Amino acid sequence: MTNWDRFLDSFFNLRVAAEYLPKIIEGFWLTILLAGCIILAGIAAGLALAVVRSFAIRPLNWLIIFLVDLFRALPPLVIIALLYFGLPAAGLSLSGFAAAWLSLSLVLMAFTEEIFWAGITAVPKGQWEAARSTGLRFFQTLTLVVLPQALRMTIPPLTNRTIAITKGTALASVVAVPDILGAAQAGVSFSFNPTPLTLGAIAYVVLFFPVVILGRWVETRFAWKR
Amino acid sequence: MTAATPIVQAPIVQARGIHKHFGALHVLKGVDLVVAERELVFVIGPSGSGKSTLLRCLNRLEDPSGGSITVDGIDMLDRGTDINKARQRIGMVFQSFNLYPHMTALGNVALALRKVLGLDRPAAEARARAALERVHLADRAGHYPGQLSGGQQQRVAIARAIALEPRVMLFDEPTSALDPELVGGVLAAMRELRESGMTMVVVSHEMGFAKAAADRVIFMDDGRILEQGPPAAIFGNPQHERTRAFIGQIERH
Ligand SMILES: Nc1ncnc2c1ncn2[C@@H]1O[C@H](COP(=O)(O)OP(=O)(O)OP(=O)(O)O)[C@@H](O)[C@H]1O
Ligand SMILES: [Mg+2]
Repeated sequence: MTNWDRFLDSFFNLRVAAEYLPKIIEGFWLTILLAGCIILAGIAAGLALAVVRSFAIRPLNWLIIFLVDLFRALPPLVIIALLYFGLPAAGLSLSGFAAAWLSLSLVLMAFTEEIFWAGITAVPKGQWEAARSTGLRFFQTLTLVVLPQALRMTIPPLTNRTIAITKGTALASVVAVPDILGAAQAGVSFSFNPTPLTLGAIAYVVLFFPVVILGRWVETRFAWKR
Repeated sequence: MTAATPIVQAPIVQARGIHKHFGALHVLKGVDLVVAERELVFVIGPSGSGKSTLLRCLNRLEDPSGGSITVDGIDMLDRGTDINKARQRIGMVFQSFNLYPHMTALGNVALALRKVLGLDRPAAEARARAALERVHLADRAGHYPGQLSGGQQQRVAIARAIALEPRVMLFDEPTSALDPELVGGVLAAMRELRESGMTMVVVSHEMGFAKAAADRVIFMDDGRILEQGPPAAIFGNPQHERTRAFIGQIERH
C-alpha cells in the first residue's frame, strides 16, 4: 500500500462513506434545525432587548448592558458546558440539544442586541421629533418610523453575525448532539476510519456555501442604498 | 337694539414667562409669546438666541423649566394633558424636513392620519392626497423622499403637518437648508397657508417674506424678546442697537 492509497483509504473510503452517509444526513438536518432555532430565538431576544433599552429605564439598561457584555465575553463552549454539565448539579438538567440551543441563542442575542441598538441610535433624532410632533406615541414612533430604518441598516452586520453563530452549532457535538460533527465523530469511533469526518466537512460546505454567498449578496445589496 | 358684541377670541398660543435651562446653560430667560388666531408671527435673532428652543417648548419637544403654555385652550404643561392629543393641533416643520425615508410622500402624510386620528387607509390616503394637493405635489404622491428635491421634500413635510388640520403651525427655518432656487416654492406654499387663515409662528431669516406676509416680527437675543412690532417698524426703524446690528447683518446677505 502506497502512502497515497493509505490516504485515500483513510479519508475517502467508499465503504465507510456509504455506511455512515445516512447518519451524516440526519446530522445535516439536525444542524439546520438547531441553527434555525438559534437564529429565531437569538434575533427575537436581541431585538426585544434593544427595544426595551430604548425605553431608557436606567436600572434595566444596566442589566441589559451587563448581560450583553457577559455573553459576548464568555466563550460559547464555556456557556454550553456550564448549562449541560453544571445545571444538573442544581437539579435542572437540559438535553444536549437544549443546552446548545440556549447557549448559542444567548450569545446571538447579545451580539444582535448591540447591532439593533446601534441601528436605533443611528436613526437621526429629527425622525423621532417629526413623528412625535404629529402626535405619534413613543412606541408607535419606534415601531413605525425608527425600527424600519434601523433594521435596514442592520441587515449586513446581522447576516454576518448569524452566519458566524450558526457555524458554532458544531460545538453541540461536545454535549452528545448528533449534529453533523457529532454524527461524523461517532462514525469515526465506530469505523476506526476518518472518512465520516470528510463527509461532515462536505456537509458543512454544502450547508454554508449558499449562506455565505447569500451574506455577500446581502452586503453589496444594502451597501450603497441611501 | 344692542350693538353686536364682537366675539373676543382667546389667543391660540399663550406662553408666559418661559424659562429653559440645559444644565447650567440658561437658554430662555422669561419669554412671553401670545399669538392671536390667524396671526403670522416671525421670529428672528442671532444663532443661539433660543428661537428653536422656544418653538420646541410650544409643542413640548422640549420641557420648559418654568412658565406656562396654553395652545388652543389646552394647558401644555399640565401633567394631566394628553400631550399626543395636544400635538395634533400644533403642526411643526423642521429645517431638515425629517421626512420618513422608507415611506412615499403619501405614506409620510398618511401615517399620523391612520395611527393618530385612527382613519382607515382609504380615508387617510384621500385626506393625505388632498394635503399634497394644497402644496401642489399631488403628482409626487408615490415618490420616496430620496426621489424628491429639497424644496419638494419640505412641501411634503408641510403637507404632513397640515393634514392633521392643526390650529397653529410652527416653522423652524424651513428654507435654510434649501438651495436658493428652491426657496420660492416653499415660501409660496407658506403664503397660501397664511391666506387660508392658518395661525403661524415662523423662525426664519427670509426678510422679504417677513415684510410681505408677517403681522409681527419678534427679535430674540440671548434668551429674551428684545423687541417686537410690525415688520415695517422692526426692519425700518429698530429701537435697539442689537436689533439694528442684526438686521444690518442679514440684509447684507
Ligand atoms: N438639547 C440641548 N442640550 C444642550 N444645549 C442645547 C440643546 N438645544 C439647544 N441648546 C443650546 O441652547 C442655545 C439655544 O439654542 P437654539 O437652538 O434654541 O438657538 P437658535 O436661536 O435656534 O439658533 P440657530 O439660529 O443657530 O438655530 C444654544 O446655545 C444651544 O447650544
Ligand atoms: Mg434654531
